[in-house]
Amino acid sequence: MNVIVCVKQIPDPALPGELDADNTLKRDGKLILDESDSYGVEMALQLVTAAGGGAVSLVSMAPNEEVSGLRTALAMGAEKAVLVSDPSLAGADALTTAKVLAGAVGKAGDYDLVIAGTESSDGYTGTVPEQIAEVLGLPSVTFAKSIAVDGDTVKVERQTEAGYDEVTCPLPAVVSVTAGVVEPRYPSFKGIMAAKSKPVENVTAADLGIESVSWAQSITAVEDAPAREAGEIIEDDGETFNKIVEYLDNLKVI
Amino acid sequence: MSTYTPPTDDIRFVMTHVADLDGILATEQFGHVDADSLAAVLDEVARFMADEVAPTNVDGDRIGSQWQPDGTVVTPPSFAPAYDKWVASGFGAMPFEAEFGGADFPWISAIAVQELFTSANMALSLCPLLTQGAIDAILAHGSDEQKATYLPKMMTGEWTGTMNLTEPQAGSDVGAVTTKAEPNGDGSWSITGQKIFITFGEHDLAEQIMHLVLARTPGSPPGTKGISMFLVPKFLLNDDGSLGERNGASCVSIEHKLGIHGSPTCVMSFEGASGWLVGEELDGMKNMFTMMNNARLSVGLQGLCISDRAYQQSLEYAQERDQGTAIGAEKGTSSPIIEHPDVRRMLMTQRAWIDAMRALTYTNAAALDRADAAAASGDSDEARRWRELADLMIPLSKGVCTDVCNEMTSLALQIHGGMGYVEETGAAQHYRDARIAAIYEGTNGIQAADLVGRKLAMRGGAVITDLLDEFESRAEELGAIDGLSTFADRLAEAVGTARTATAHLVEHGPSDPRSLLAASGPYLRLLGTTVCAGLLAKGAIAASSADDFDPAFLEAKVTSAKFFGEQILPTTAGLLAAVTSPADDLYALTPTQLL
Ligand SMILES: Cc1cc2nc3c(=O)[nH]c(=O)nc-3n(C[C@H](O)[C@H](O)[C@H](O)COP(=O)(O)OP(=O)(O)OC[C@H]3O[C@@H](n4cnc5c(N)ncnc54)[C@H](O)[C@@H]3O)c2cc1C
Repeated sequence: MNVIVCVKQIPDPALPGELDADNTLKRDGKLILDESDSYGVEMALQLVTAAGGGAVSLVSMAPNEEVSGLRTALAMGAEKAVLVSDPSLAGADALTTAKVLAGAVGKAGDYDLVIAGTESSDGYTGTVPEQIAEVLGLPSVTFAKSIAVDGDTVKVERQTEAGYDEVTCPLPAVVSVTAGVVEPRYPSFKGIMAAKSKPVENVTAADLGIESVSWAQSITAVEDAPAREAGEIIEDDGETFNKIVEYLDNLKVI
Repeated sequence: MSTYTPPTDDIRFVMTHVADLDGILATEQFGHVDADSLAAVLDEVARFMADEVAPTNVDGDRIGSQWQPDGTVVTPPSFAPAYDKWVASGFGAMPFEAEFGGADFPWISAIAVQELFTSANMALSLCPLLTQGAIDAILAHGSDEQKATYLPKMMTGEWTGTMNLTEPQAGSDVGAVTTKAEPNGDGSWSITGQKIFITFGEHDLAEQIMHLVLARTPGSPPGTKGISMFLVPKFLLNDDGSLGERNGASCVSIEHKLGIHGSPTCVMSFEGASGWLVGEELDGMKNMFTMMNNARLSVGLQGLCISDRAYQQSLEYAQERDQGTAIGAEKGTSSPIIEHPDVRRMLMTQRAWIDAMRALTYTNAAALDRADAAAASGDSDEARRWRELADLMIPLSKGVCTDVCNEMTSLALQIHGGMGYVEETGAAQHYRDARIAAIYEGTNGIQAADLVGRKLAMRGGAVITDLLDEFESRAEELGAIDGLSTFADRLAEAVGTARTATAHLVEHGPSDPRSLLAASGPYLRLLGTTVCAGLLAKGAIAASSADDFDPAFLEAKVTSAKFFGEQILPTTAGLLAAVTSPADDLYALTPTQLL
């Protein structure tokens, strides 16, 4: 069983980020594996182990042929990667990204399943996995909290606000995985050393047959998140608990 | 407040621009390692330590390890899951022989891993540290069979190790141990005695513990010459290598102590426990010395680690706490305390010393690597030169870093004001944890004695003066760089002071050993501070023209080195009088008069 995982390499969220002139995040420094994609990588590795064989491959789009984040996923146990690095893709919108990744999936060899995170930790558009499915003409299942493969079908527990749905769908399919549902392994020393020699195929948009890249979406303005409003201070007069109950009741949380 | 930001750039900077990592990787022995892979490994270790190990530090302190009446020791609940992941990671085996599951990486890479682990949780890091010491001893002196039997699992950390030297009457004076070893006639020995202060002597992190025990064989001469080293496993091994019967070694209590509460400090009782000689009979002390360098360097490194962790926390607090109006701030407003000069001084002092300690310890590790690599390639002159430098630096790394660490964690606490003195902020934990490092692995008094005894005597003091010569030329180079001429002048002056001090001790030491020992403490600090400055100068010169790091980062490196050179280094001049004064001053009062 072969699984392809779409992984994003993002600027380290621990560092103060900067914006480019077009209001997209500056990505010219070192990039790391998006934590929300590490769950998909872990899930894929577990599925391949459960199936008793096969490989996990990665596809990624990143500037400057950046591989640091890919190396982390390769060190976790993925076998190879296709990296699309092309200056013409800088600032690409979600749909363009999906087209590019779908093209990269085509380069990554035979597959039974494509896994992606539900949304990236730096862009948060949350639409790319479904768009990839559409471009590839495959069924799309979203918000998976668990995935089990059974022959030609995949069974997914799909997270909902109320609980979860049990979804069954034929393979191949594109499944997006919710963050936090599995515990991503840390790359071991041996894994890191082995990752060095795992193949990363560098391609451009043109290599994927994607010509004259352009997109209709742009970020027109960026504003600071509103400052948190001052809280309400209630003096304790011995009856304060009533006010707390009332407050929580108003929020409809009790 | 328990977050830890791994200083991966600082580590990489010191490795490349101060400790000459390229030089290490250019040797035949370490040629199979490339800098990029090493950087990739350290990035992952850093992430692991920050995410998985650092969060266990506060629990480790508050809950601590607990002795149970059945003789077992229960570590804080967060320890075992973190330790299991450490074992799974395989990072512990990196610097050891590939034959037994290691990767033949240079020691400097192990030091970097150790820094990250120790800063994340010093108490827990002692378990792999002691294991590493035991591995070193078995590698250097064990039989082929012992190596094959024990090393693979010790290298992964599935089995842990301990060092059993100390007894109630034998602390600094290891030669006074009385634990006995009687031959059983089948090649094994029967070990009987009591050891105290044994770090991770008993715990629940691993299935097996390998105790290395110093003991006396029948008819052995008194003192250090009569000591042998034994391997005493917690569980005897069956023929198929599986764990068998429990051996006669048990933990009868653990200490309640100032810090490192997560690390059990055990009283170990050996009652006819089965043991096997490591190396030759009576060679125990000599063999102990071959691994002492690594162990002492590691403890010196702890000084750096806890200083850094405490610093990170105090820096954060200094930006959050508003108090008073700083000069230049708008009247009536409250300023973050980081704006007050006195607080800035405390921060800069920590920052500069942390860079200094990292330069010292990593250069020390690099010298060990270069000595090994030169010896392996058959270049004995080159090997001797590096070995001498490494040997000289060991008491400096251990003594200076762990003394300074007490001062730095105190400054970090001071920045918290009253909140530093209450346990809630966690500032006090670093201050308490740090305190042991100046005591164990040879007290700093013993380090100072080692410096003026063995180390000063190497080539009649020339190992030291060679290094000072190097710093003097470096001062000239430094002086040519814009803005660094004052630093250069201070470095040249300090080198002069160190020369005077060294020459005095070389001349008068042999005829007046008491005065030599009286001078040892201040001389250690004087020479250590000077060596730190010489190494920081090397980093500053490199940073002035480097482009392999962010410009703001490089600028900060130069500024921090300059601060050390201009405001900390000149303190060495004040130590000279204590170095050159006779011991008589210290004995001028009788013990009764000292009352
Ligand atoms: C938390 C902890 C963990 C430890 N872990 C281990 C372990 O795993 N294994 C192990 O074997 N031991 C361990 N030790 C023991 C430790 O190494 C000793 O405590 C240390 O070597 C000092 O010995 P001592 O306590 O007997 O002090 P003493 O030797 O009595 O020293 C008291 C003071 O006298 C000074 N002094 C003594 N002799 C001289 C001298 N000749 N010249 C100048 N000054 C001198 C010392 O510097 C010190 O200031 C540990 C101790 C602690 C507290």
